[in-house]
Amino acid sequence: MAGTAQILTPAPAATGVPKIQISGLQKVYAGRQGDVVALQNVNLSIEPNEFVCVVGPSGCGKSTLLNIIAGLEDATSGTVQVDGKDVTGPGKERGVVFQQYALFPWKTVIQNVEFGLKLKGMNKKERREKAEFYLELVGLKDFAHAYPKELSGGMRQRVAIARAYAVQPEVLLMDEPFGALDAQTRAQLQEELLATWQKEQKTCFFITHDVEEAVILAQKVIIMSARPGRVKEIVNVDIPYPRNQETKLLDRFSEIKNEIWAKVYKEYLEVKK
Amino acid sequence: MAEMAVTKPKKKAVQTSAWKRIHPNVMVLISLIVGVVFWALISLIPTVGNIVSNPWTIMKTFVDELTSGRLGANIFASIFRVLSGFLLGLVVAIPVAFLMAWYRPVRGLIEPWIQFFRTVPPIALIPLVIVAFGVGEGAKISVIFVATFLVMVISIYQGVRNVDPTLIKAARVLGATDKDIFLEVVVPAAFPYILVGVRLGLASAWTTLVAAELTGASKGLGNMIMEAGLYFRMDIIILGIIIIGIIGFAMDKGVLYLERRLTGWQELRKS
Repeated sequence: MAGTAQILTPAPAATGVPKIQISGLQKVYAGRQGDVVALQNVNLSIEPNEFVCVVGPSGCGKSTLLNIIAGLEDATSGTVQVDGKDVTGPGKERGVVFQQYALFPWKTVIQNVEFGLKLKGMNKKERREKAEFYLELVGLKDFAHAYPKELSGGMRQRVAIARAYAVQPEVLLMDEPFGALDAQTRAQLQEELLATWQKEQKTCFFITHDVEEAVILAQKVIIMSARPGRVKEIVNVDIPYPRNQETKLLDRFSEIKNEIWAKVYKEYLEVKK
Repeated sequence: MAEMAVTKPKKKAVQTSAWKRIHPNVMVLISLIVGVVFWALISLIPTVGNIVSNPWTIMKTFVDELTSGRLGANIFASIFRVLSGFLLGLVVAIPVAFLMAWYRPVRGLIEPWIQFFRTVPPIALIPLVIVAFGVGEGAKISVIFVATFLVMVISIYQGVRNVDPTLIKAARVLGATDKDIFLEVVVPAAFPYILVGVRLGLASAWTTLVAAELTGASKGLGNMIMEAGLYFRMDIIILGIIIIGIIGFAMDKGVLYLERRLTGWQELRKS
């Protein structure tokens, strides 16, 4: 990879073993009017601690791909390997953040963050400390005992991120996590996510429909084609970190953004046909 | 951060209308007074007064019946039947509803029967039940059991079916087993529906009971009304009606209170 050489942090460990290896992945849904091919021969290799964004027109199988990596759905054929091991179901080394936050409304903020730790069998004192640490990280320590209904969308998604981080997964899978937020909150959460990613090294697999979001976050942007979903192209984003909102003013940023946009737009026109 | 403002207490909107400034409890009191005055007034009309006794007569009857111990015994008998039938219904409805929601074959087997019996008013079962169980306690309790079970099983089943699949996914990726998902996600998510079921069940238990007692019983508020009818004691009938209403109302308020205390985490539309 030529792009990664220019990136300051984090340097992918040069083990040669990819964190996530997707080979020949195929997903077919049985529909009423015959089979629907959601994913066709998807091959991808994601390095440890790499930040990857996936963009593509709606219905291109982005979410299906994420669900398969998460172990929430089975592939029709092909394999997904994490650290060289086949994915057969959800695992604690893979955390997921959903677009609809998916917070448990009957649990307080801190109980939500603690939930994964409780399932691991961690004792009460230890998991409380850990949950408080991650709430602090997302700036919500003061809201530890509030219920999700008392929080705004942005705050809810921060709790969901803290909950995913608390179990310390090595891979963070995010399915349009900021899609339902307003532009300002989204920009703020993007910066926060980048900051946390640099503090707590993780492999991030981030789905978005927003090209600008993909370019500001990712080292590598994967463009998917319209149904059946395939990997159309992979674009390296050779803009060094740390990135922030000012990064969006760089010429290089616009250049990459426009390049990706043109390709995504072509796929979008395919869908319209 | 602008979004922090969300949780800050907001100042109440400026109230313009004088009506809105009155405390809701005061409104209830006003409503009660107006109602009683209206009742007293129409009971003054001679032809109506023969049937609708005036409030003072009812008060006197109430004291008479209470001191004689008859009223207490009737109330006790009715409440005992309602609660036994209702609790039995709840204990059976919860597992059946969860099984139906969780296992497709169970749903396929049970649902048609529930849908069928749901359209039959429980009172229509009474003659059958009397033949089977006689006119004793068993007959009344089983009619109430059937009525409450049908109402509650549907409501609880809907609740379990409505559990947001994303929440189940979120729990699974955090490492939850099937048992964890059941106890930590499905049960709490369905809990508000269980309480709705309880509320509907209690209301249906109460109305069914009175109907069951009207068809013949040795005690109970429904029976008290029926017997009073035979002797043309309009005051006792009205007293019975008022007490049935008050008890039903109090039970409903009790469940509503529980609902507020236990499911305050729910996100409700602002009215």
